[in-house]
Amino acid sequence: MNVLEIRNVRKSFADELVLQDFSIEVPEHTATVLIGASGSGKSTLLRCVNLLDSIDDGSIFLDGMEITDPAVNPDAIRNKIGLVFQAFNLFPHMSVIENIMLAPTRVHNVSKEQARVEALQLLERFGLADKADQYPDRLSGGQQQRVAIIRSIAVRPRVLLLDEVTSALDPVLVNEVLSIVRDLKGDGMTMVLATHEMGFATQVADEVCFLESGRIVERGPAQQVISDPQLSETKEFLKRVHQAGRL
Amino acid sequence: MNSGDSPARESASRASSWAPSDREVQRAAARKQQGRRRATVAAVSSIIVLGALVAVVVTSPGWKVVKETFFDVEYGREVLPLVARGLITNIKLTLIASACISVIAMALALARTSRSAAMTPFRILATIYVDVFRGIPLLLVIFLVGFGVPALRLAGVTSNVMVLGTAAVVLTYSAYVAEVLRSGILSVHPSQRAAARSLGLTHSQAMRFVVLPQAIKRVIPPLLNDLVALIKDTGLVSILGVTDAVRAAQIEASRTFNYTPYVVAAILFLMITVPLTRYTDRVLQRSIGKQNAQGVA
Repeated sequence: MNVLEIRNVRKSFADELVLQDFSIEVPEHTATVLIGASGSGKSTLLRCVNLLDSIDDGSIFLDGMEITDPAVNPDAIRNKIGLVFQAFNLFPHMSVIENIMLAPTRVHNVSKEQARVEALQLLERFGLADKADQYPDRLSGGQQQRVAIIRSIAVRPRVLLLDEVTSALDPVLVNEVLSIVRDLKGDGMTMVLATHEMGFATQVADEVCFLESGRIVERGPAQQVISDPQLSETKEFLKRVHQAGRL
Repeated sequence: MNSGDSPARESASRASSWAPSDREVQRAAARKQQGRRRATVAAVSSIIVLGALVAVVVTSPGWKVVKETFFDVEYGREVLPLVARGLITNIKLTLIASACISVIAMALALARTSRSAAMTPFRILATIYVDVFRGIPLLLVIFLVGFGVPALRLAGVTSNVMVLGTAAVVLTYSAYVAEVLRSGILSVHPSQRAAARSLGLTHSQAMRFVVLPQAIKRVIPPLLNDLVALIKDTGLVSILGVTDAVRAAQIEASRTFNYTPYVVAAILFLMITVPLTRYTDRVLQRSIGKQNAQGVA
């Protein structure tokens, strides 16, 4: 069954067309990876799925329900979709554990005690238990991003959207963040990722979509799209990524 | 400041068996010498400038008279209780007014920053309110409320000058403080709101748990500025006949033609406002230091 289904989505900012005729299907427990140059529409798509931006045309379905219906309450949808940002966006005035407990206690009416226990379990699992009472600014970028991921999965979302979660990190820190994502994939989390890490994309992706100018140019299994691209645009993009040393 | 004895350096030398190299010893000596030279320069220039100022005042032709009429220590001691009693009125007015102002200003700021359709009339009203009361001199508002409201002879509405004076101060300051709060709210980066909303928090939850705590922390210095101004401006209600510190000093001064009570009142005001400023600065620094790895920038 498809957890997420995006049909013919179109989105423009002012007179710039960012997404056109965009369709993907994300079955449960699979990961779809979006690759493509900056400005190709990856982030915009993720923001639209989370209803942070509105679409101009098309439909988005979550578990078969159209979430782009005007009658739908966006807050009720957002708490089923996790979004992790490139710049972490942790709340600086809250400690790590408070960041994680905020949504469970305030949105999902979990008791404080239980939310704390669950948050500590997650922190423990991902090696951050000793940081529970630290403020985000005291953590390294990699630790901050791991906390941000834990914050999004603490509410047990149906699908997790990851928007270039390693782009603000140095190569060493990238790995600790990617290993969390790999673990989540192992848990069966349904995910949509935008990334520039091609090696990582090959490992976790069930499907890879190469975007250019807001449309999917080439799609297929990771092995095929990344290792053996068919179209010249994809080849050209991967060649440039390779030259930049990210493959 | 002497950069040579920073705490980091001290603790580093204590923590390990590190012995400074010859080069570091030289540098430390040079820094020490520089520090001594700076201290000497600071002391000499301070003595010259302050000494010159005192000399100008003390040798001025009118100093003897000024000393008697403004700095009569004996008389100052005598009027102190009277002025201090007046100051208690200022403090009371400030406490009551600041409580009212916080509530009204927050409501105004939230109304002005809201984006929902249902809030449109409140947004418009709040904007008009702020425009009007920020634009009228406080003294005028005090006159209009203090003399205008009793003239209406509305049943059940007080004609107590203390209440009306405080109300006038609250009306004006709410507009100022609302703008300070609003600027704080707008200064929180939109990505913070996006992160909160992406977790499923509603607009008002995002405001309450994510935006406002950060916004208020940022505007504490300007809010404190307004609080200090408020303490002083409560003195303006004396024109309605309330006996505050300024009024008490005025009564005394006009009785004896000696202005020492004014100086006494000024010193009393400073005794409240200066510690308040320092205290708030400390609280703020501590909370920033806890949050930021880089410490206080």
